Amino acid sequence: MLTAHWLYGMAGCLIVALGLRTALLHAALLQRLIGINVMGAGVFLVLIAVAYRGPGLAPDPVPHALVLTGIVVAVSATALALALARRLAAERDHG
Amino acid sequence: MIDAMASLLIVSGLGFYLAGSIGLLRLPDLYSRLHALTKADNLGLGLLTAGLALHAQDLLIALKLVLIWLAVLAASAASAHLIAQHARRQETPS
Amino acid sequence: MNTTALLVLDVLLVFSLLSLAAAALATRDARRSVILFMAFGLVLAVAWARLLAPDVALAEAAIGAGLSGALLLAAVREQPRRALSGDTKPIHSRNDAGLKVTLQWTVTLFCVALAAILAWALTQAFDSASKDALAQAVSANLAASGVSNPVTAVLLNFRAYDTLLELAVLLTAVLGIFALGPARSGYRSAGPVFDGLTRWLVPVLILAAGYLLWVGAHAPGGAFQAGATLAAAGVVLRLAGQRTIGLPQGHTLHIVIAAGVAMFLVVGLSLLVLGRPFLGYPPALAGGLILLIECAAMLAIAATLVLAFLGGRPQPPSVNPAGAKPGALSISMLRSRSREFPSDTDSHNAESCRGFNEEKNRC
Repeated sequence: MLTAHWLYGMAGCLIVALGLRTALLHAALLQRLIGINVMGAGVFLVLIAVAYRGPGLAPDPVPHALVLTGIVVAVSATALALALARRLAAERDHG
Repeated sequence: MIDAMASLLIVSGLGFYLAGSIGLLRLPDLYSRLHALTKADNLGLGLLTAGLALHAQDLLIALKLVLIWLAVLAASAASAHLIAQHARRQETPS
Repeated sequence: MNTTALLVLDVLLVFSLLSLAAAALATRDARRSVILFMAFGLVLAVAWARLLAPDVALAEAAIGAGLSGALLLAAVREQPRRALSGDTKPIHSRNDAGLKVTLQWTVTLFCVALAAILAWALTQAFDSASKDALAQAVSANLAASGVSNPVTAVLLNFRAYDTLLELAVLLTAVLGIFALGPARSGYRSAGPVFDGLTRWLVPVLILAAGYLLWVGAHAPGGAFQAGATLAAAGVVLRLAGQRTIGLPQGHTLHIVIAAGVAMFLVVGLSLLVLGRPFLGYPPALAGGLILLIECAAMLAIAATLVLAFLGGRPQPPSVNPAGAKPGALSISMLRSRSREFPSDTDSHNAESCRGFNEEKNRC
């Protein structure tokens, strides 16, 4: 069993837990958004750790494509969430 | 022989990075920290890329590494200038 | 390669990832949190490179660290001490301390349990016998796919439908952003240093985007990385105070945003009409079709990400004239193109400062 598999995969699981805890518990919206992004990063770590085959071998390309899609979707969701937050703050300020 | 020189360059580059990080942590105010970070890190990166270029032993890769160093140099100089300018503006109202 | 050295590198990387994530999430200050998150993204890009995932490393550095960080920083700049930053009190802060602590502990235990379940699933994935099936299917069909980079082949040929839906998600996000309000206020025009940087950086970024698009067929690269690089050029132009940051105006902008999904649909439906499955490219034409779709996708992704950075509907240039720092004429005003400024450069009235928020506004 490859060491890199274990190291990065377990780190990914931990990072998911960290992100989720902040996304649920923190009061400020920005930190919650960052928590969700960090959760996504943890999931990507798990996927790419599973795809890794060893130092000289070609990795499995399907999880790479999944993660690439995931990165782009995460940034667009973050952008929409920030726009929503901005509008929410504007509504709250101006009634 | 080339590997030894490359390793020496890389290690000295890392030394400059360490100096820059210590400067970031220990220096009193924003401007001196910016000064330490920008200069030390760029020099460290230059030594690092020189060592890597020696190690790569392929002219195209070496050229690309030098290009990377130049781009980082310009970008970090400009961003250090912008940060310092912004801090200056915050201090002196108008 | 020396396995001990690699192991040390891996341990250091994982340790930095964990501590950066923890630090970014634990802090109270919004700006510090965003900067730490950007650093986390960059170390993550190095981790992807270590795990032999160069395409993902490129995308993470450009999109995950770069553009996400820019988006978050732009949001923090706007609302420095209100809705987005706050204290670390938990949500139900009005109740007594006992409930607070109980809630925190419950959520923490739930997250730990989730991590344990994920770790167990990971173990199953490592031991699974069929984990190479998909990879073998990809390498068997790679020659007929039109490209030689397996990730591009999976993204744009074997699983092209997923990429179509992903571009539709981008389109939906930008439509939502459009619907929620006008763009954020602009930035002051660049001084000589930043102006000089922009003058050579933006053409280099555009060139790099074109190269990444082209090279994605046979080396790490592709439409997403190219689109992100183009978007970075747009963001740099925006930060330098340009009004029309290379984005087309009006209906052309709408066409560009929809171009990714539209091109996919046009190609897919015409293939359906010709008797092949939806998005089932004939092997002879596959390379050309993939390049065509990637061009449209790159433009759409770049436009979407720049609009996401803008934060809303872009305003036409005449509404909000770019305001320069009032007072003495700066070098940038002497050097800038005249279309960026109203002709009365000495009238530093309130109107020219309207675009900026209170923090930056030193009028």
